[in-house]
Amino acid sequence: MSEHEHHPHEPHSEHPQRTLSPIELRVRALETLLTEKGYIDPAALDVLIDAYQTKIGPRNGARVVARAWCDAEFRRWLLADATAAIASLGMSGRQGEHMVAVENTPQVHNLVVCTLCSCYPWAVLGLPPTWYKSAPYRARAVKDPRGVLREFGVELPESTQIRIWDSTAEVRYLVLPQRPAGSEGLSEQQLADLVSRDSMIGTGLPGAAE
Amino acid sequence: MSYHSNADLGGQDVRDAIVMEPEGEFFHAPWEPRVMALVVAMGPTGLSNIDLNRATRETLPNYRDLTYYEIWLAALEKLVLERGVLSDAPPPPKQVLRAELVAAAISKGSSFSRTPTGPARFALGARVRTIAATPSHHTRLPAYARGKAGVVERVHGAHVFPDTNAQGLGESPQWLYTVAFDEKELWGGQILKQQSTISVDAFEPYLEPA
Repeated sequence: MSEHEHHPHEPHSEHPQRTLSPIELRVRALETLLTEKGYIDPAALDVLIDAYQTKIGPRNGARVVARAWCDAEFRRWLLADATAAIASLGMSGRQGEHMVAVENTPQVHNLVVCTLCSCYPWAVLGLPPTWYKSAPYRARAVKDPRGVLREFGVELPESTQIRIWDSTAEVRYLVLPQRPAGSEGLSEQQLADLVSRDSMIGTGLPGAAE
Repeated sequence: MSYHSNADLGGQDVRDAIVMEPEGEFFHAPWEPRVMALVVAMGPTGLSNIDLNRATRETLPNYRDLTYYEIWLAALEKLVLERGVLSDAPPPPKQVLRAELVAAAISKGSSFSRTPTGPARFALGARVRTIAATPSHHTRLPAYARGKAGVVERVHGAHVFPDTNAQGLGESPQWLYTVAFDEKELWGGQILKQQSTISVDAFEPYLEPA
């Protein structure tokens, strides 16, 4: 039965009867157990889910990048002490405790990976996309970065140096992409709109200025 | 005792395509947000720690067959059993994450910096060689970077040492460095020239003077 289908003999309710899948049963059992044993406040789970679905995501990182593009002093601060510079914009904490920003230039392109698990800068990019946690990306990013970039539609000049950052400890990396050509007249907000999630991981480039 | 990580994927021959995903698409099944929130909410209870979580995930025999949130779920189930949550005397939670504390807990995070117990052995620019041994426990030096010569390019201070923390042997803080390797050192003639430099974050016990 689909999630939205109501049981034919049940009156309409906010909790329609439906068969839970085996994995849904496991999750429910685990949550019930941990609640009964006093480890979990189920209301906290709702708040966490809301935070990572609606408040903490790549638009946060885009604000950091746009600020760095507009403000040379902030850019220097970001590259010298990313944790503090990012915190000054109100982003800090979980999976962003030890931030490092790495800057793309005409000579150097940065690419971030976690070959051992799924380490990702949640504080500025939110939860990682599935591909970032997947075997093909983790296996190939360190060994065939140009092939990986090509899959993402990014072709770099042969002379460009590629810097790969494997997040093997609690340091989290944010790529500062190059500001798009022709974007001089744009506001900070318009610039932030050009900054894609992938451009801050290094698997993409920012959008072009219109 | 032998220990095998199924998660150490860097440089492995994985040929599946990377599956792209639009920004803002954080979950792919209705139970996934609940698992994410359960794992995050269990942090403050002290039932486990981030390194024991990773060790539990990477040693799941079917790691490569599971999606990432399935891995998180299976590892949490395993930890709950192993840590005696179902016993007559479950370990009391150090702290329970209440709903009203979630926002503060996210923005505070948990720093992994610790006071160093001695001076750093290596300075910026030092030539180092990573240890070649395969340890019989959780570690954060990827297999592809073992026994390789590189250069220290950042010194991060002392951080919690995952190798001991994952085994319940304490945080044993160690100096943490970013070490950069030339692609030829890691892959030799296995790859076409990519113009790449790969760095890992390596704890001092992983390094020897080169």
